[in-house]
Amino acid sequence: MQNKQIRFAAMFGITAILLAACSSSGATSAPASAAAPSAAASQSAAASAAVDAKDAKSAADMGGVDAVCAAGKTEGQVTLIATPANWANYGQMITDFSAKYGIKVQSDQPDTDSAGEIKAATDLAGTGRQPDIFDLGSVVAAAHLDMYAPYQPATWADIPDANKEATGLWINNYTGFISIAYDTKVGEITKAADLADAKYKGKVALNGDPLKASAGFNGVVMAALANGGSADNIAPGVDFFKKLSDSGNLLPVDPNDASVASGQTPIVIDWTYNQGGLIASLAPKGITWKVTIPSDAPPVAAYYNEAINKDAAHPAAARCWVEYVFSDAGQNTWLKGFALPVRLAAMQTAGTADAAAVAAVNAPATAPVQLTQAQIDTATKYLTDNWKFIAIK
Amino acid sequence: MTDSPVGAPRPPTAEADSAPGGVGSRRFRGAANYLALLPFHAYIAVFLILPTLIVAYGAITTASGTPTLENVALLFTDETFVDAFGKSIQLALSTAIAGAVIGALLAWAVVRGDPNGLLRQLVIAASGVLAQFGGVMLAFAFLATFGFNGLATLFVRDSLHLEILTDASWLYSLTGLVVVYTYFQIPLMLIVFLPSLDGLRQEWYDASESLGGSSWSFWRNVGGPILAPSFLGALLLLFTNAFSAYATAAALISQGSPIITLQIAGSLSSEVVLGRENVGKALALGMIVVVSLVMLLYALIQRRASRWVR
Repeated sequence: MQNKQIRFAAMFGITAILLAACSSSGATSAPASAAAPSAAASQSAAASAAVDAKDAKSAADMGGVDAVCAAGKTEGQVTLIATPANWANYGQMITDFSAKYGIKVQSDQPDTDSAGEIKAATDLAGTGRQPDIFDLGSVVAAAHLDMYAPYQPATWADIPDANKEATGLWINNYTGFISIAYDTKVGEITKAADLADAKYKGKVALNGDPLKASAGFNGVVMAALANGGSADNIAPGVDFFKKLSDSGNLLPVDPNDASVASGQTPIVIDWTYNQGGLIASLAPKGITWKVTIPSDAPPVAAYYNEAINKDAAHPAAARCWVEYVFSDAGQNTWLKGFALPVRLAAMQTAGTADAAAVAAVNAPATAPVQLTQAQIDTATKYLTDNWKFIAIK
Repeated sequence: MTDSPVGAPRPPTAEADSAPGGVGSRRFRGAANYLALLPFHAYIAVFLILPTLIVAYGAITTASGTPTLENVALLFTDETFVDAFGKSIQLALSTAIAGAVIGALLAWAVVRGDPNGLLRQLVIAASGVLAQFGGVMLAFAFLATFGFNGLATLFVRDSLHLEILTDASWLYSLTGLVVVYTYFQIPLMLIVFLPSLDGLRQEWYDASESLGGSSWSFWRNVGGPILAPSFLGALLLLFTNAFSAYATAAALISQGSPIITLQIAGSLSSEVVLGRENVGKALALGMIVVVSLVMLLYALIQRRASRWVR
């Protein structure tokens, strides 16, 4: 994921990591599911549940969702990575899943990023400790297609074609919108242009360097859209931040829960699902934290992607997890964490979306903008050359 | 720091003086010594040499393993990297010098006091803690104190009606990093330099004085030369300490990656630009080269500064 703490101690830290990478390169295949019988021959017996969990491309291959999850329960555990409890309501998701299916959830390296997820899967392959499930940013997801097992959950038909890989290698799971979150004591902010107000000097923070973090990157996209730019042209967004930097409004600080709670970063540009969770935790401290989607730009979205590690040590439990997060219950859990689940439109039509959560997110009706890979490439090239104005003296 | 040469010149050891024994026994002793060193060599190989080789290999290959000089060339051609190296060296050097000078003076003050006194105990204990007080916590402490909405900033502005701290942007500049880094450099210097000062004996000062030496000539001819090697060693330690620091700067300045460790982090963990891991390794290799050069320089100065020991 983005911008969660990166831990290393310069050279030796890096080299030690590299060392770890080299020492565990074996790629033994994961132990087969205990529940599913070995099944090379059983392709023909279509009526009965007989496909090995590792090869199951949908619940039907194993005899339905209940059979998948029963096999998962026998495996005993599912290993997640980069799913901190306060990120998009993952804490709740994990608790609910465990309670419902009796499968233990091992949540490893909650603060790593998408690249770290892939690295963990490579480094730990065959140890039984490798992640079963990935939750990846789109750029990283698209770069490692050979590492996923295709799987289509029961709710596959509800997910628009644009939001999934055709065979189910990856599926968009949830997105945020870029929001301006702020302490209401500083005033009322409704649009990006408000941030340039002189009274916000030293108060505005962007979550992460746009060349590193998806939140920072899309914050610039939002500013571009609000200032006459487009998904193809983010220059006005860079200019806007340059203006904020010149006027001293923009803080180069990395905002986090502590900097917000102590009032050092009273205005933060970030994903709704990062900031929405702060509302409840800041209220007892006397801070009214408001998360608003700027009105002078169409909402900016960037989906994360659910993918199953093809070398998963718990292939059935991993598939059970995917079934759960794309079920109504799982999708509503994300929604309650200010993350917009991919099936939201279908669920609203069917009347199964949690109405209170929908109201809390207060998403605008305008269609969101999500950059394509080509647009991201153009934008990062522009940023590489132009995101230098904060160079320290 | 390596061994401190401070204190009395090494007394002649029994080993050096003893008549040469049997050649065999000496050889045996050599082998035994070597065996005892084996764990050390293994440690060095695994944690220093191997990682360095991996970094070096990555720096001169592409992601698919074909040799290339592109990554290394970037260190000299890419303005951002050149600038980041410059900033890193500038930062490390200035905080090392500031930390070494202030820390040494502080250590001197402590040494002059009661060796068992409360002040000394307190200062040493506090330094031990503060030398390790870095990263997000330290950055946050400075933000909460001197940031735009910091405690000190607001107090000075609202209660003292002075505008000196109001523009807190200095904290997010190179000046800010220098101040913040010096905060952990001074106590570190105190810890590593104090034993050397403790080795400086009152008798030498008395001897110098009884021979008609002034305070200046004592420091010029006795104290200075004795302390110089350990002072330089400490300076080198402080330089590498600041040069390789990452977390403090990352928490304070998350935009623009102005120093080299932040650039390396960006190349390894970016969610936006992929496939730059080996550029990161080239940058790390650059850091290794810089530290090696500094160590070489240190060794040369050390040789000269400690001529009297030989």
